[in-house]
Amino acid sequence: MLKESIGKRSDKVKNTIERGAVRKFAEAIGDPAPIFIDEQAGAASRYKQNIAPPTFPVTFDAGKIDGLDLPSKGLIHGEQIYHYERPLLVGEDVYCWMEVKDYYEKSGNFGEMGFLVVVKKGQSPDGELLFTEERIVIINEAARKGMAV
Amino acid sequence: MNRIVDLQQGDRLPFIQLDPVSRLDLIKYAGASGDFNPIHTIDAEAEAAGLPGIIAHGMWTMGNLAKIFTPHLEEGFIQHYAIRFKGMVFLGDVITLKATVVEKQDKQVTFEVQAANQSDKDVLKGELVFAF
Repeated sequence: MLKESIGKRSDKVKNTIERGAVRKFAEAIGDPAPIFIDEQAGAASRYKQNIAPPTFPVTFDAGKIDGLDLPSKGLIHGEQIYHYERPLLVGEDVYCWMEVKDYYEKSGNFGEMGFLVVVKKGQSPDGELLFTEERIVIINEAARKGMAV
Repeated sequence: MNRIVDLQQGDRLPFIQLDPVSRLDLIKYAGASGDFNPIHTIDAEAEAAGLPGIIAHGMWTMGNLAKIFTPHLEEGFIQHYAIRFKGMVFLGDVITLKATVVEKQDKQVTFEVQAANQSDKDVLKGELVFAF
């Protein structure tokens, strides 16, 4: 059933990059640098605005993919890949959605493991692609059997 | 401070050693990121999942690792940042962040990036492209 989810996508959701959320995130990763949190430093920077740390898109709502209900247990985060056209700016709106890019299974030491590749994408209001966030989640056999799909 | 544009293949950016991982670090990250999976904050939940104790969010460590580049964001930006999660991070672990130049081109520099624990085992490893 996970294989059947390949190619499915969610509807776009509007996210606004809020100054307070960026500050809280920068502090939580131990990186409260002026370029992220100080308004004057942002205005004086090459970006003319504060920017968000590269892993900030984890906070974005990218909607739900129909039929893709992952178990809350038995998941391992395998890989995470970001690609940017430019940094994200504090205050801008980003329209985000998700797509299932791939699903495959491999035998390993812990039985048959499933690898689910989900991509989150973000666009500007003009439809320009700003970033992609690819996440590879490893799902063990027990967790897959528990999926009531 | 060295500029990234002046670095050569094999050069490293200064290491950053983090304070020992605390529960508060992970509670703050859960709140800021919205990832409230309890194996990162509640002992009983971590143990029920077969872990010896709570573990850091992989994304907490990946978020931290990018700060090696923060002093250079006036020079360019992080265009590509790809990480493989290789080991778990537990409370009290001391993580060291590293970045080494592997390839230099006109418009970008590619780094190998790593986060290693106090036993010098990589918990995260990957590649980062810094673009001018």
